[in-house]
Amino acid sequence: MSNQILRFTTAGSVDDGKSTLIGRLLYDSKAIFQDQLEAVEASSKKKGFDYVDLSLLTDGLKSEREQGITIDVAYRYFATPKRKFIIADTPGHIQYTRNMVTGASTANLAIILIDARKGLVEQTHRHSFIASLLQIPHVVVCINKMDLVDYSEEVYHQIVADYQAFASKLEVKDVQFVPISALKGDNVVSRSENMPWYEGSTLLYHLENVHIASDYNHIDCRFPVQLVIRPHTHEHQDYRGYAGRIDGGVFKAGDEVKVLPSGFVSTIKSIELDGQPIEEAFAPMSVTMTLTDDIDISRGDMIARTNNQPEQSQDLEVMLCWMQQRALSPRTKVILKHTTKECVAMVKDIQYKVDINTLHKISDAGSLGMNDIGRVSIRSSQPVFFDAYKTNRQTGSVILIDEQTNETLAAGMIL
Amino acid sequence: MIESKDMVIDQSLPKYYLDHLRELEAEAIFVIREVVAQFEKPALLFSGGKDSIVLAHLAKKAFYPARIPFPLIHIDTGHNFPETISFRDQLVAQLGVQLIVGSVQESIDLGRAKEETGANASRNALQTITLLDTLEAHKIDAAMGGARRDEEKARAKERFFSHRDEFGQWDPKNQRPELWNLFNGRKQQGEHFRVFPISNWTEMDVWQYIKEENIALPSLYFSHERECILRDGVILANSAFIKLRADEQPQMMQVRYRTCGDMPITGAVISEADTLDKIIIEIATTRTTERGTRADDKRGETAMEDRKKAGYF
Repeated sequence: MSNQILRFTTAGSVDDGKSTLIGRLLYDSKAIFQDQLEAVEASSKKKGFDYVDLSLLTDGLKSEREQGITIDVAYRYFATPKRKFIIADTPGHIQYTRNMVTGASTANLAIILIDARKGLVEQTHRHSFIASLLQIPHVVVCINKMDLVDYSEEVYHQIVADYQAFASKLEVKDVQFVPISALKGDNVVSRSENMPWYEGSTLLYHLENVHIASDYNHIDCRFPVQLVIRPHTHEHQDYRGYAGRIDGGVFKAGDEVKVLPSGFVSTIKSIELDGQPIEEAFAPMSVTMTLTDDIDISRGDMIARTNNQPEQSQDLEVMLCWMQQRALSPRTKVILKHTTKECVAMVKDIQYKVDINTLHKISDAGSLGMNDIGRVSIRSSQPVFFDAYKTNRQTGSVILIDEQTNETLAAGMIL
Repeated sequence: MIESKDMVIDQSLPKYYLDHLRELEAEAIFVIREVVAQFEKPALLFSGGKDSIVLAHLAKKAFYPARIPFPLIHIDTGHNFPETISFRDQLVAQLGVQLIVGSVQESIDLGRAKEETGANASRNALQTITLLDTLEAHKIDAAMGGARRDEEKARAKERFFSHRDEFGQWDPKNQRPELWNLFNGRKQQGEHFRVFPISNWTEMDVWQYIKEENIALPSLYFSHERECILRDGVILANSAFIKLRADEQPQMMQVRYRTCGDMPITGAVISEADTLDKIIIEIATTRTTERGTRADDKRGETAMEDRKKAGYF
């Protein structure tokens, strides 16, 4: 069985049926076990429902059940004969931006839910903006609760038109629309008989078939060194292997490479894992690389090709999502983490803040509060080897960490 | 190419892609290496179960041709299956890795832990005390475990890098956001991390990987004959560690285990599956969760969440 993994996030506001949709996908794809179902049936009964509330399948922690809300990103899993799916289920209200950004950072695809009765709401704008900011390659807009608008083709087309008008302001490459009813199951796993006018595929069919292989950058060779492997055994006396994960491009033995920051040029002697040679190494493989020359390389260094290198600078322009209660003001000192490199840095300036509902730029923001997104200038104490986030999500992303508390403060996308 | 009205779908397999097992493997190896790079004294929590065996296998791959650069820690409750202990010792010898054993019996003898009494008494909860003591005694700052998010609802919210305060506690409401593959392992003196490299694996992924990589497992995972009793819907091995009730009659059953915990709390399943292929087919058609056979999770709806907050695996 050789399947690809599709990672997706689900975003929706309160009551638009997100949990029901996830429950439906898990239930109809038979990812729900008998004992889980029995527990949900019992809870539904206890709550006085006369149907099985599939949304209870995604219930998590004690305090969440007590308060009837979701606190944190939860990860769910299901598989079909075609693909394995990892869902980052992000809550729609509390800490909304922080959670959605977290879930979006590793996603191939975002499902955005719109209640057919309500059409586009503020949250739809926010979700879509974050999906575009985080460069989630694929977006599926599910127009849900079609059963409550009599499966109306007009309602569907109006919402599609509204969304397209709004999305033209964003940078989303691939948007698809599916009219569904998560509660009744229309167009989720099986085709709806209630909407013969809809000729597109069901949600699950799309999830199984959307082309995700080009979501990684296979052109610009980037290999950040994670650690150096030196066995010091009799058998491997002089072995020096560079362990890490490929962040871009395709590496082969015999390739001429340049090591940053030293600038030394060498040739790849071998690429291997567990002693087995790897003919071509590409993202997101974890490998061990050896070079023909004995040069000084350590964690945080970057191996690239001689004719194609990342940018190199101590000054970064970054779209930042602030995730900490304490607001960010200019001249704040932080720890910057980029690929396998960590160094002291300073947020010098806040250029503007984005109103994530209207997409307007607020230029004299002064500070970034919790869940705010804005453009900042960062000065790092060491040169950073980066690409624009648009061309590589791995070498284009950073996180900021508090020097004192060690908390993760912010997520950044390099412009 | 299939073209429908509003989508174009390319069904040909691309040249540069990893199948799901290789992608999960690459992710887990990245995380294990990140632990060694970021922490001073990491360790791998080894229960003898299939998940920690897979973890040890991944660790071997991550550092080859060097040896695994951290010890395995086994919390020995004294109630283990004998197969688990002999398998552990073989594996440790084969990998050439250091083994640290934390003994629950010793914690009891020292008065650090108090044995439960009653018919369903177990040493499950006591493990947390021994585990935290062992981590402290060896100054372990990152303990890797084989827990998976698909196992249990509290684990679904777990991070790869999970911060623990100086009392070893987990605060699920205040976790650090985890973005891209940038893992923040910074901590204050006295705090530590639990790290879960196979967070994104499901039970099926684990079995498929074991088969693809030909990983050896203790015999109790395969169908065998064993003297068992049926208690509260759970099939338990008859052993010196359980007190038989008056109405309980041990009988021989054809069973295997889906998880591997202590003898008195790990339920067996009736099974004829004696090969990896048969196990994979059995799991593909099974209708109950893996932890459904665990008496330790049946002590209430939030049994796992409560234990995790206190510092459990």
